[in-house]
Amino acid sequence: MKQLDEIQKRLLSEVADLHTVPEGAYNIRANGESAGRVSTANIEIVPRETGDGLTINIKPGTKNESVHIPVVLTQSGLSETVYNDFYIGEDADVTIVAGCGIDNCGVQDSRHDGIHRFYVGKGARIRYVEKHYGSGDGTGKRILNPGTEVYMEENSHAEMEMVQIKGVDDTTRTTTATLAAGASLVVRERLMTHGDQNAISIYKVDLNGDGSSADVVSRSVAKDDSYQKFEAVIVGSAACSGHTECDAIIMDRGRILAVPGLEANSVDAALVHEAAIGKIAGEQLTKLMTLGLTEEEAEEQIINGFLK
Amino acid sequence: MLELKNISFEVESDGADKEIIRDISLTVPDNKLVVITGPNGGGKSTLAKLIAGIEKPTSGKIILNGVDVTDMSITDRAKAGIGYAFQQPVRFKGIEVFDLIRLATGKKTSMADACEYLSAVGLCAHDYINREVNASLSGGELKRIEIASVLAKASKLSIFDEPEAGIDLWSFNNLIKVFEDMRKNIKDSSILIISHQERILNIADEICVIKEGELIMQGHKDDILPKLSGTASAVKECRKGAVDQEGGPEA
Repeated sequence: MKQLDEIQKRLLSEVADLHTVPEGAYNIRANGESAGRVSTANIEIVPRETGDGLTINIKPGTKNESVHIPVVLTQSGLSETVYNDFYIGEDADVTIVAGCGIDNCGVQDSRHDGIHRFYVGKGARIRYVEKHYGSGDGTGKRILNPGTEVYMEENSHAEMEMVQIKGVDDTTRTTTATLAAGASLVVRERLMTHGDQNAISIYKVDLNGDGSSADVVSRSVAKDDSYQKFEAVIVGSAACSGHTECDAIIMDRGRILAVPGLEANSVDAALVHEAAIGKIAGEQLTKLMTLGLTEEEAEEQIINGFLK
Repeated sequence: MLELKNISFEVESDGADKEIIRDISLTVPDNKLVVITGPNGGGKSTLAKLIAGIEKPTSGKIILNGVDVTDMSITDRAKAGIGYAFQQPVRFKGIEVFDLIRLATGKKTSMADACEYLSAVGLCAHDYINREVNASLSGGELKRIEIASVLAKASKLSIFDEPEAGIDLWSFNNLIKVFEDMRKNIKDSSILIISHQERILNIADEICVIKEGELIMQGHKDDILPKLSGTASAVKECRKGAVDQEGGPEA
């Protein structure tokens, strides 16, 4: 594996909790190049012929294995679009950890657009963790536009954890999913924006098969002058159940637009949406202050808990 | 020791000043459990909030262990040694019971230590320590967690605003035991409970009665309890009078 510098190592630990080389299959992409790649007997990682991403093949029945594909960018002005396709074989049960960290100390914008496509085979289960992080004090922006497409076959299950807590200036996240009979999708998004950041998060989930279900929950905090838009549409075209929830805390001069949407094309589709935006409840601050915390400390604890 | 000196509190209501607390002076001595009781809407909870710093008095002084805390913030009062259990516990999304206990102790706390506080309020620690302090907990559970957080804070003065409110009868027996134990281990601290419950009044050293914003009675439990109408003790006292009359010289 290529030697990573200290900043790249720090980014890696932020986005993938990696301090050393991960166990199992992995590909680490640093400044547009592969800095290390390992396949295992059951998980094969191969570069796409077009050179702009990876194909990850997971054999049917693979159990308890993981794939790490983190990306780090430390070169100001670098802009890339990467396509990673995951083919998850029937009855496999795997954890996939992606994530992107950008450190931009320069004046030019750094941008990584990662398009991930998941083809989840019958009865397969995946847990997908994606963390985004930005740092660096340059005036160049740190931009991330992740696209996620999930195609789920019968009785498959996907759990997706999308986290963006700090430092990303501009992001448009688009996630689409198509579910066959008996498939289930759980999405947990956690987002915090500060400064004058912009974050747009769009979900569209099609529940096409009987017994399919989706639960899309976003918790977010908008601080300073930042702006967020959360749009979640669930389309039910069978005997299915769908739930979407946007729970947001707004602070300072932050702004949030929540647009939940439901479309039922079958009388047996049970769809629910919830959305709530508000500032931190005064009594929550008061309670923690009666325990000896300052108002600022109380605020921090409440937000940390909320985004945990 | 807590001293309230001529505390008054006014709020503006429909353009006119309304007096919620009128010139109350009282002392909560060290090593004593004092219960404040009285009719609903009499100003008891407001007085507790004034002591905790959640409300500021219009006039008067609040002295804790010789230090004037009247102008101190909630945080500074908490640091100075005031603990306060809410009548209606606050719910949090994401903050777990363990987090709350840890924050209350103000220091590094082990899971085992935190569990002890939960056991003390009759909760099976194992089932609750990692639960979120949110709406998934029942009113009674939240109430006990609230009390546990104040126990964990180990304050010089701990205030409990109607600890019995929202607790079912079965749990109430445990709760009485919590306060009895606190009373036993009161060393160098004091406890102030706002309550209507006779069984809590019974474990008090002193009782204060507040009505329409005024302190109308204050004294040792044995002196005050019989004067409170509607309690069993008062009934006993009343019967005693009746027997005296029947057994009078004319009979």
